[in-house]
Amino acid sequence: MANDPKSAALALHRFGLGPREGSIRRIAGDPRGALLAELQKPNVARVPSAGMMNGGATLRALRAYSVAAAEQRNAVAPKMTNSMALPRTMMMPSDSPMLRGDMAAPKRPKAPSLPRALYLKEAKLRIDKGVSADIGFVERLVWFWSNHFAVAGDKVGALAGTYEREAIRPHVLGKFSDMLFAVESHPAMLFYLDNAFSTGPNSPLGVFEDGGINENLAREIMELHTVGVRSGYTQEDVTNFAKVISGWSINPVGDTKHGGEFAFVEDRHEPGDQVIWGKTYKDTGLAQGKAVLNDLARKPQTATHLATKFVRHFVADDPPPSLVDKLAKTFMETDGNLREFTKALVMAPESWDAPRSKLKPPGEWIISSLRATGTRPEVDGIVRAQVVLGQPLWVPAAPTGFSDLSITWVEGLTQRLDLAAEYAERSADRLSPIKLVDTALGPLASDRTRQTIGFAGSRQQALTLLLLAPEFQRR
Amino acid sequence: MSCIFTSRRQFLAGSAAFFAWAGTPKLARAEGRDPRFLTIVLRGALDGLATVAPVGDPDWISVRGDFALNPDSKMPPLKLTDFYAVHPSMPNLHRMFHAGHATIVHAVSSSYRDRSHFDGQDVLESGLVKPSSTSTGWLNRALDALASDDQVKGDSAQAFAVGPVMPMVVRGPAPVLVWAPQQVVPASEDTLMRLLRLYKQTDAELARVLEERLALAPILQSDGARPAGDPNESARASKLRAYYAEAATGAAQALAHADGPRVGALALEGWDTHASEGIITGQLNNMLGALDGALAAAETTLGPVWRETVITVVTEFGRMVKINGSSGTDHGTATVALLAGGGLKGGRIISDWPGLKEKDQYEGRDLKPTTDLRAVLKGLLSEHLRVDEDVLDEEVFPGSDDIKAMTGLV
Repeated sequence: MANDPKSAALALHRFGLGPREGSIRRIAGDPRGALLAELQKPNVARVPSAGMMNGGATLRALRAYSVAAAEQRNAVAPKMTNSMALPRTMMMPSDSPMLRGDMAAPKRPKAPSLPRALYLKEAKLRIDKGVSADIGFVERLVWFWSNHFAVAGDKVGALAGTYEREAIRPHVLGKFSDMLFAVESHPAMLFYLDNAFSTGPNSPLGVFEDGGINENLAREIMELHTVGVRSGYTQEDVTNFAKVISGWSINPVGDTKHGGEFAFVEDRHEPGDQVIWGKTYKDTGLAQGKAVLNDLARKPQTATHLATKFVRHFVADDPPPSLVDKLAKTFMETDGNLREFTKALVMAPESWDAPRSKLKPPGEWIISSLRATGTRPEVDGIVRAQVVLGQPLWVPAAPTGFSDLSITWVEGLTQRLDLAAEYAERSADRLSPIKLVDTALGPLASDRTRQTIGFAGSRQQALTLLLLAPEFQRR
Repeated sequence: MSCIFTSRRQFLAGSAAFFAWAGTPKLARAEGRDPRFLTIVLRGALDGLATVAPVGDPDWISVRGDFALNPDSKMPPLKLTDFYAVHPSMPNLHRMFHAGHATIVHAVSSSYRDRSHFDGQDVLESGLVKPSSTSTGWLNRALDALASDDQVKGDSAQAFAVGPVMPMVVRGPAPVLVWAPQQVVPASEDTLMRLLRLYKQTDAELARVLEERLALAPILQSDGARPAGDPNESARASKLRAYYAEAATGAAQALAHADGPRVGALALEGWDTHASEGIITGQLNNMLGALDGALAAAETTLGPVWRETVITVVTEFGRMVKINGSSGTDHGTATVALLAGGGLKGGRIISDWPGLKEKDQYEGRDLKPTTDLRAVLKGLLSEHLRVDEDVLDEEVFPGSDDIKAMTGLV
């Protein structure tokens, strides 16, 4: 690609988080190359983690808060029926950002509760990274995989952010099977999909306790995370897989040193070999489950499932079959190398030729708006805006994560308009609308759009119209 | 309402409200006065002819036809003088006028003669002759001059601004604090319509969604009239009224407070009525009603302080005399400035009326300006706040030596 500002603009919106001032010009010389170059940057997927807690520490802190809050309410201490001092759910308190869609400025800022404070801290890292990234292609990968392996914040609380940081980010350009293991062994996932308490009926604990196998995680690993629904596995496969991963659990959170961290609890593990999808897996403890995961990761159905989702997210609601096939093939041939998988997307002409039809989901639209105007992000406001638009950060309604289909998000158009108007009130004062069109859209802007923005009744209105313009809404 | 101030410290420490000023300008104080000054900037170019109609002009009805406010119609404007009448949705302004608490300046404009909103607003708010998007505002510079003149308890003079961000008019060296109302200002009807028009031309799906959501299909009828009782329209109109009322009340509470600021500004969007202007019913009608409500809310809240107050409502330019093909008006030149407050020697219309014949129009299309807005503002700043006249000429409105301050406004 020779000097091609149109492709540059397309790339920034479709593959990245939207242009910032000068972005289009900077990569116009070689848009494809710029995307590939971002993949090569060292530690490009990391966020600065100084002062952040790991999963175990987060869980311990949340539990301590929970206990203190309960004591304050003079509640009777919950009966501990087992060695796990982990509450069944960790519902966020009523000031949870996920529960409030209230967009008006708060009356008086209260000190946020610990769960909310931790949540906002993690959110800030992600938002800051999104706003400051050069292109934001790798950040999009993080968002994609994080949504693919979704956990829900209303159940796991602030842990969702920690989980993304620990289990997703390190692997987005690595091996799929590594990400898979990191995800399925993370306390957030084990807790979210109820595996922490899943107990084999013939396990040492199972023989004495009432609790049995919980199939939730095993099912979702197959149905959502790897091979996909109705791809050839049976109910029996799910049950047996659940037995294999029984014991994938969490250290009692009361343990001050390692509480909340992953632990393979032998006492919960269902003993014996298991047959899954026609193959026998010898009982080698933790390794038994790892072996199943590795095999699932290698199945062609997984390659196709992931390729379809990937293309649907980046390119088109109706993924072009030739593009899906290319990516699936690359996945198989490289044994799930996600860097190569991602490169295949960038190299394929179909990725670039597809018309700009996909509506940006709320999170992307918000971040791209901030990048276009160069405004400093205000975490609280962004988090609230995502709630209003139906995509509360890290709080999807189900393990399927947030939908990638435009049709899901298009109904929120009027909310976007009102949010944009309010945002424009705050930030448009010193901006030049014509310059902004160039920054944000460049050659993608139609004459009509330019005209509409140029003839706006005020800067504020001009900015509102830019952010709602079809070229800015779709990518 | 969230802003009851019981102490100055509470003022300054208040979460959503930040405020200021410790005192009255020296000279005014010496005269035994404690003047308040609020500037309301209407962004988008207010149609002056639709706000205060020159019903006595022989050409009035012919230039605007069915869109002219007409004393012989079913929605007659409210009489101010034999020549002028005010829009029927502004009964409070009408009442204030007859009580001597409002003054209208007509056929007035800034020095700006082009028709770009962005540049026009810059000139309006900066007080400069040429547009500059990064300038300070004339109100802030006036305040700064008063402050350096003043020796008030070691505190510097501060102004306040209402809205999420401070408008340019109050930007500058004198510290300004900002208060944001709880209500969120909704996207204006005008913005909605422009967006819908864009969508209809470039993205059918988004157009459909927007239209459905807002039940706006009737709005694109050729006569631009909205069906009466459109529930979506009244919901937005109510929100608008509520926002305007809250903004004005908040401003007034601050001004009324003994320890409060004496000078403030707020900017209101959405006045650029290019299409479906809705003079009789619709957009402009709703907005003028909201503005009228805001003035009334300020009057009520200020209470005894109303006597010391001048509110100035200004806009960057006016609109064309003739209605365009979309039942709206394009950008014009001269317009109105509305002054309200007990501090005024009111009940007057100040205008050197140019006439509406084509030969009397500016560039054959706009109301011709016969008064410079800076004359009005200089007059108010000089006589109400007692800003020094040289300062007005050199610092507040640089390059305005030839513009004489209007006297006797207050």
